[in-house]
Amino acid sequence: MNTLDQYIELYESSEAVVNANSAEVLNAARCGALERLKTIGRFPEKGDEGYEKISVNDMFAPDYGVNVARVNIPIDIAEVFRCGVTTASTWLGAVANDRFVPTESLLRNLPEGVTVTSLAKAAVSYPEIVGRYYNRIAATDRGEVPLALNTLFAQEGIFIHIAKGVKAGKAMQIVNLLSSPVPMMSVRRVLIVAEEMSEISILFCDHSRGNISCLSSQVIEVSVGAGAKLNICDMEESSAQTSRFSQFFAVQQEGSELKVNGLTLLNGVTRNEYYISQMGGGAVTSLDGMAIGNGEQHIDNYSDMKHCCDHGRSSQLFKYVLDGKASGAFEGSITVESGARFNEAYQSNRNILASHDARMHSKPQLLIYNDDVKCSHGATTGQLDQNALFYMRQRGLPLVEARTMLMQAFMMDVIDNVGIDGLSERLRHLVERRFKGEEMMCAECNAKHGV
Amino acid sequence: MGNEIIDDVAREGDDYKYGFVTEIDTDIIPVGLSEDVVRLISAKKEEPEWLLEFRLKAFRHWQTLEMPRWAHLTIPEIDYQAISYYAAPRTRDKAKEPGEVDPELLETFDKLGIPLAERNQLAGMAVDAVMDSVSVKTTHREKLASMGVIFCSISEAVKDYPDLVKKYLGSVVGYRDNFFAALNSAVFSDGSFVYIPKGVRCPMELSTYFRINAMGTGQFERTLIVADDDAYVSYLEGCTAPMRDENQLHAAIVEIVVEDRAEVKYSTVQNWYAGDREGRGGVYNFVTKRGLCRGVKSKLSWTQVETGSAITWKYPSCVLVGDGSVGEFYSVAVTRNRQQADTGTKMIHVGNDTRSTIVSKGISAGRSENSYRGLVKVAPGATGCRNYTQCDSLLLGSQCGAHTFPYIDVMNDTAIVEHEATTSKISEEQLFYCNQRGIPTEEAVGLIVNGYAKEVMNKLPMEFAVEAQRLLSVTLEGSVG
Repeated sequence: MNTLDQYIELYESSEAVVNANSAEVLNAARCGALERLKTIGRFPEKGDEGYEKISVNDMFAPDYGVNVARVNIPIDIAEVFRCGVTTASTWLGAVANDRFVPTESLLRNLPEGVTVTSLAKAAVSYPEIVGRYYNRIAATDRGEVPLALNTLFAQEGIFIHIAKGVKAGKAMQIVNLLSSPVPMMSVRRVLIVAEEMSEISILFCDHSRGNISCLSSQVIEVSVGAGAKLNICDMEESSAQTSRFSQFFAVQQEGSELKVNGLTLLNGVTRNEYYISQMGGGAVTSLDGMAIGNGEQHIDNYSDMKHCCDHGRSSQLFKYVLDGKASGAFEGSITVESGARFNEAYQSNRNILASHDARMHSKPQLLIYNDDVKCSHGATTGQLDQNALFYMRQRGLPLVEARTMLMQAFMMDVIDNVGIDGLSERLRHLVERRFKGEEMMCAECNAKHGV
Repeated sequence: MGNEIIDDVAREGDDYKYGFVTEIDTDIIPVGLSEDVVRLISAKKEEPEWLLEFRLKAFRHWQTLEMPRWAHLTIPEIDYQAISYYAAPRTRDKAKEPGEVDPELLETFDKLGIPLAERNQLAGMAVDAVMDSVSVKTTHREKLASMGVIFCSISEAVKDYPDLVKKYLGSVVGYRDNFFAALNSAVFSDGSFVYIPKGVRCPMELSTYFRINAMGTGQFERTLIVADDDAYVSYLEGCTAPMRDENQLHAAIVEIVVEDRAEVKYSTVQNWYAGDREGRGGVYNFVTKRGLCRGVKSKLSWTQVETGSAITWKYPSCVLVGDGSVGEFYSVAVTRNRQQADTGTKMIHVGNDTRSTIVSKGISAGRSENSYRGLVKVAPGATGCRNYTQCDSLLLGSQCGAHTFPYIDVMNDTAIVEHEATTSKISEEQLFYCNQRGIPTEEAVGLIVNGYAKEVMNKLPMEFAVEAQRLLSVTLEGSVG
């Protein structure tokens, strides 16, 4: 049977259960999603335009369970996860699979004007806001099937709202934990609305527990109001058994600033898609990514940066270090629409292949429909500087250490650009451990991940 | 002020001086494409059985294919049954000497700046002149033959050197390669065949001039160049067509084989009719060009100046198989009015220590769309490979588009691959600087555009560099040059 058909069939047989366990706003979007899925009829395959090195069909093909009945899978968040980014002062929230788990930290300490709750609850408590943005920011021709599938099954998720003019003093950390006794697809939906002139930093950490294979389907929709400043860091430290298909959609209004960091430290198969549109003049976007792969990991990043108004600025930097048999792919595009004048857009993709079997595919693109622009992109793929290695070894550093230092130094500009207090320092440690092949765990966390 | 002038430029410059039609009796077969037509073309060219078989296999394969739609182009539906696939100028004087050319054709090529008459022939260049589906004349053949160089039309080569043609035809671009390659393999008419024997440095530039003249036809020429060990050749290609309201299809194949330590330099000045200001008429230029650097330390260099064609779909490529082989691609692509171009290159690194350089300069004006699409691929076993790609786009006018689609596929950890691209308009600072020194804006734009394209122009052979420079000026007339 066609992989997509198995999901369509599952939905059709359990439509009533899906709807009964969700909110009206979410249910309303399912009909259109189902129609799109039936029209398109298949997942993207390896070799399709934009999916040169990854088969989305294969990612979704295993017989994953979907928790449509919202069975409570007991996870003691406090027991499993005590991390976080210990050097950063954050409000900590958690999501177990796709269920939002309110924590004391969030419930008690959030300042006025900052709301964090489950998406299903928000749909009841704030129907107007959720109705205005849910499934309206997310739009793509390319990743339409994974998006529609997420919309079809999304019952839960996170809702984050920052009221007009509110400046959150410290960062918010949301820990996504994948844990299930059986293979499962978690369908996570995130809606972030930063109203005019508000400011906040949000850190998402993806972890998985156990050796059961899981798939995480995630759609993040972000509205950045005029003059708002939003900083989002999305970090994955899962496991070789985990697949992740994440789509990030953002719409920026006049004078807003959006900073996004996608960090893949440990994973199985990952596809991250970023769709960002500047719909107001003078908007500023910074989109960075870092990927470290070894074993048989695959990391695939896709970015679609659209400049639709005057005086916009954007910069993208994606860096990969691939070892073992890991493979990476980066496809990024910058589009400057006709009539959008005085835009500056830059994109850079730098990759290091650290082993003979590592593979990298890059496809940076520019689509420019206006003459008053300054745009550039650059891509390089190479290996560690042999002269630098020689220099370091000459001074007594063992080869492994010299390599680690160079690889760490290579990632430093992405790490330093994260912009959340304390996180850069923490990341340096994590990246160092990662390169040394040590166990990936945050200092006090029990969710151990072998490399 | 600069902007207005640049916008004007995009609107001007419709004086395509090669747009005339030669009134000559033409043997033209009825429109349509079928196995019978393929057999008819083969029969008209008196081809051997194996070539007919090759054509028929290609035709049958073509029938199973669909036209590619992945390029950043808007291609109107093409009715392949409405095209005549063979048109040959008929010689008026039946009694004339063999080898002599109809004076009217001579006059046509004279007008195009390609003198074919013995006394006027260009000294340093041998020319194969192709009109519609047949080669009219090849100059300097005897002189070349004395050094062992074969330069003739491919139809003659099939008759005179069947073993060579059979060995190399389709060895670089097979008929299964793509939709247009299959179509060309089925119906190809004339083109040039070049063979440079071992150790020979070709004493003069070789050139083929393609001309579409007849109405309702397409041109499907096929060029095959073989440079044996230690050989060198510089080959030039030029093309023009009359101004017509209808669109004409040009689907060619160029195959190049470069053996040990040999070098081939292939230069193109493409000036097919581009259609009028509103995009009516013009040639659809869908070409497959590929070179196989089979020998160690072999070298293939593509240089192209693309100014014509309503739609261009063209990716001259190098397959670098021999260890230490080198591939180069230098391109200037100019689009204006409603022209569309999706052009670039492919560099496939298979051998060790292979190197490639890509320099692509796009200039868009008017309401045109200009895209660079390139692939750099390093195979798993290819160690020590190096690629450098630079691709810049210059926008003249606010309604045009400039796009870049590079594909970089690295499967070996010893490779170093670099790509950089920029897109911008002519900076106000540069214009201001020139104005300040007394150079009017129009001239200043010309100066800047010429400077921008110079890196590529410098790679052209002398004879073509002057022509290309002039063409660039005419194309962007009003402000350039």
